[in-house]
Amino acid sequence: MSNEMTGSEILLRALVEQDVEVIFGYPGGAVLPIYDALFQQNSLRHVLVRQEAGAVHAAEGYARSTGKVGVVLVTSGPGATNAVTGLTDALMDSIPIVCLTGQVPTHLIGNDAFQEADTTGITRPCTKHNYLVKDIKDLSQVVHEAFYVAKSGRPGPVVIDLPKDILQGKGGYTAAPREPRKSYRPQVKGDIRQIETAVELIAKAKRPLFYCGGGVVNSGPRASQLLTEFVRMTGHPCTLTLMGLGAFPASDKQYLGMVGMHGTYEANLAMYNCDVMVNIGARFDDRVTGKLSEFSPNSKKIHVDIDPSSINKNVRADVPIVGDVGHVLEDMMKVWKARQYSPERKALGEWWKRIEEWRARDCLHYERNDKIIKPQYALECLRDRIIGREDAFITTEVGQHQMWAAQFLPFEKPNRWMTSGGLGTMGYGLPAAMGVQVAHPDALVIDVAGESSILMNIQEMSTLAQYRLPVKVFILNNEYMGMVRQWQELLHGGRYSESYMESLPDFVKLAEAFGAVGLRASKPSEVGDLIDEMLAVDKPVIADILVDKAENCFPMIPSGAAHNEMLLGPDDQAAKPISEEGMVLV
Amino acid sequence: MSTEDAAERHTIAVLVDNEPGILARVVGLFSGRGYNIECLTVSEVDHEKALSRITLVTAGTPMVIEQIKAQLNRLVPVVAVRDLTDEGNHVETELALVKVTGKGEHRVEALRIADIFGAKVDDTTLESFVFRLDGQTEKVDRFISLMRPLGLCEVARTGVVAISRGKESI
Ligand SMILES: Cc1cc2nc3c(=O)[nH]c(=O)nc-3n(C[C@H](O)[C@H](O)[C@H](O)COP(=O)(O)OP(=O)(O)OC[C@H]3O[C@@H](n4cnc5c(N)ncnc54)[C@H](O)[C@@H]3O)c2cc1C
Ligand SMILES: Cc1ncc(C[n+]2csc(CCOP(=O)(O)OP(=O)(O)O)c2C)c(N)n1
Ligand SMILES: [Mg+2]
Repeated sequence: MSNEMTGSEILLRALVEQDVEVIFGYPGGAVLPIYDALFQQNSLRHVLVRQEAGAVHAAEGYARSTGKVGVVLVTSGPGATNAVTGLTDALMDSIPIVCLTGQVPTHLIGNDAFQEADTTGITRPCTKHNYLVKDIKDLSQVVHEAFYVAKSGRPGPVVIDLPKDILQGKGGYTAAPREPRKSYRPQVKGDIRQIETAVELIAKAKRPLFYCGGGVVNSGPRASQLLTEFVRMTGHPCTLTLMGLGAFPASDKQYLGMVGMHGTYEANLAMYNCDVMVNIGARFDDRVTGKLSEFSPNSKKIHVDIDPSSINKNVRADVPIVGDVGHVLEDMMKVWKARQYSPERKALGEWWKRIEEWRARDCLHYERNDKIIKPQYALECLRDRIIGREDAFITTEVGQHQMWAAQFLPFEKPNRWMTSGGLGTMGYGLPAAMGVQVAHPDALVIDVAGESSILMNIQEMSTLAQYRLPVKVFILNNEYMGMVRQWQELLHGGRYSESYMESLPDFVKLAEAFGAVGLRASKPSEVGDLIDEMLAVDKPVIADILVDKAENCFPMIPSGAAHNEMLLGPDDQAAKPISEEGMVLV
Repeated sequence: MSTEDAAERHTIAVLVDNEPGILARVVGLFSGRGYNIECLTVSEVDHEKALSRITLVTAGTPMVIEQIKAQLNRLVPVVAVRDLTDEGNHVETELALVKVTGKGEHRVEALRIADIFGAKVDDTTLESFVFRLDGQTEKVDRFISLMRPLGLCEVARTGVVAISRGKESI
């Protein structure tokens, strides 16, 4: 047959049909046929990372900042196992990824062949779905279906395991089907009766709160726009989860800041005291609810989520609505307008008065210092220089710096904030920033990092150099695994077991070794200029900001505590000891 | 998750695309999320459409049961999930092969009880029987416990299969 192609060619053609432009990958024996096919075409770009974990996080950053599916290509065995952390991260944070893994030829599977790993077995619990292609006839359809599964419904990572004989065999290509797979058809339209009940509750609420999350970002930019319109229409307060930042404009008066363990006082107290909670695309994570038995005890809860398993998982919903945020919000607004609802102005006025009192506590306040750089101060300096810039994208590593970034940086639009929320993967931020920069070559991409986290995937600096990706790594260097140190201070009598980072590299020289620019600030007066310089350089930068080593991240709801038991600062810390129940929680 | 509610036993039927790894997905879901599986049966039920049916019996609070069903439904190859216990009216049965060895009085008594239970004798030697018994789990349990003093030596059970009553189907 003349239209016969090799498996690798079929694969690449399917990727092109799925609108893929970039692949993040790393070669090896089992995927050499794919690399050979890549070499002979021009439609797909390949970004060569330095470790497969970096490839998956890069694809996550690419996906989260564009709304497209991120694509990864790794070899069998160690290539695939190195990808596992990234896949788990993408699963927890609902990021659409298609990860192509090489596999030993079908006749050797199960033989403990060289670089064989049971990839579908290993990745089954950390993917939304996975495939082992055993017949070249199935290849194109598997690829099409993988993209459909990755991006529809609640997005997630999908693995396609590709034995080498399939890649080298010959077969025909088939285009993507019009009808998706019968057994997987997520519900996007919400039940209209439930929506009506919800809108009525919203309209009659006296102490309402919108609690919105990553699902709004997953749904696409239009969902954020609709959310913003609807919240403004109602005049209700709105808080966001860590994953939701940007889904509602941070500068809006109705925005209360982030909710949860390190969220604001006003957001958490509003959560505790509200009478109607409108959860749009958030999943009642334990970082947000705190002690479940005391979570928002007097509210009726509306929960909009595309994944029925998110509903009634931790917190019972009074009005569950299964559907896509965008579709449901559209219907909610239609109902609101059709029934000519208007907010309960008087009650709302009183509610806002209470909220303003909480807001006046200024919970993000910190002690300024003109000798030592406070991490919060460094971020304020950064904020002042990126505020209003639509093209600024922030990624983070994991730790205190991540929480401060969430608290202090302004997000007006969705898809500008990339962080590892569910898994909390140190080493996420640099490769994720790389993926963002690949997708937005002219944008300003900053990884707010800790000195410990950054070392987990520092090798990707080399990728930045190769592809001239001018990512800025902004290290809040406290020489500690600060978040660990903080918990040890609070929970373990200040015994700082293994949380001090000895023998750190000289980050300025390290930057230079990677062909990047290294900058350092050790006094508050140097921070502003450093940032100006960092932003002016058209190259990758590592900025080493030597910050206060002892600063703790507040506010904080200690694990096992309720929202009204928040620690606002160092003085509270001594006054409110942590319960034994709390000690066993993570 | 509310833990105050008492655990309930539910029989759930799951219709799945018959593809490699599907059983591992279902079983992995239960072990990974810490759910109970009391028993699980699986077999192809429609060769042309390549559909298999898994029947499983699990126990948990109402909130956990709801989660189990939602989690099962999330699996891409899962076509339908039915909670037969919630739906009320259904037929449930399992099959057991029970080997009893012995001589004399015990042997006679074993055969007598088997007869009362309506068990068939699938194999016999001068010193052993293999009984085949079907019926509800409790009946099979009772039969096995009666056989214990009479020389019970081996049991094989299929676990529950179940189907709803009436003309409705999954
Ligand atoms: C050190 C550390 C501290 C943290 N502290 C906090 C904190 O203080 N506050 C905080 O909020 N988080 C915190 N987190 C993050 C936390 O662990 C969770 O990742 C986060 O709260 C989950 O956000 P989410 O509820 O928006 O859900 P996501 O994980 O973003 O999930 C999205 C939900 O929306 C649904 N969904 C997806 N697409 C759609 C769609 N199209 N339509 C409808 N629904 C959809 C999904 O099914 C899912 O249920 C912290 C993490 C770390 C590492
Ligand atoms: C891969 C991984 N290992 C361990 C942890 C546990 N952990 C959470 S925060 C943290 C310390 C992070 O230190 P650093 O990057 O310096 O950030 P800081 O808290 O000091 O801002 C650790 C070890 C983790 N989240 N991820
Ligand atoms: Mg640190």
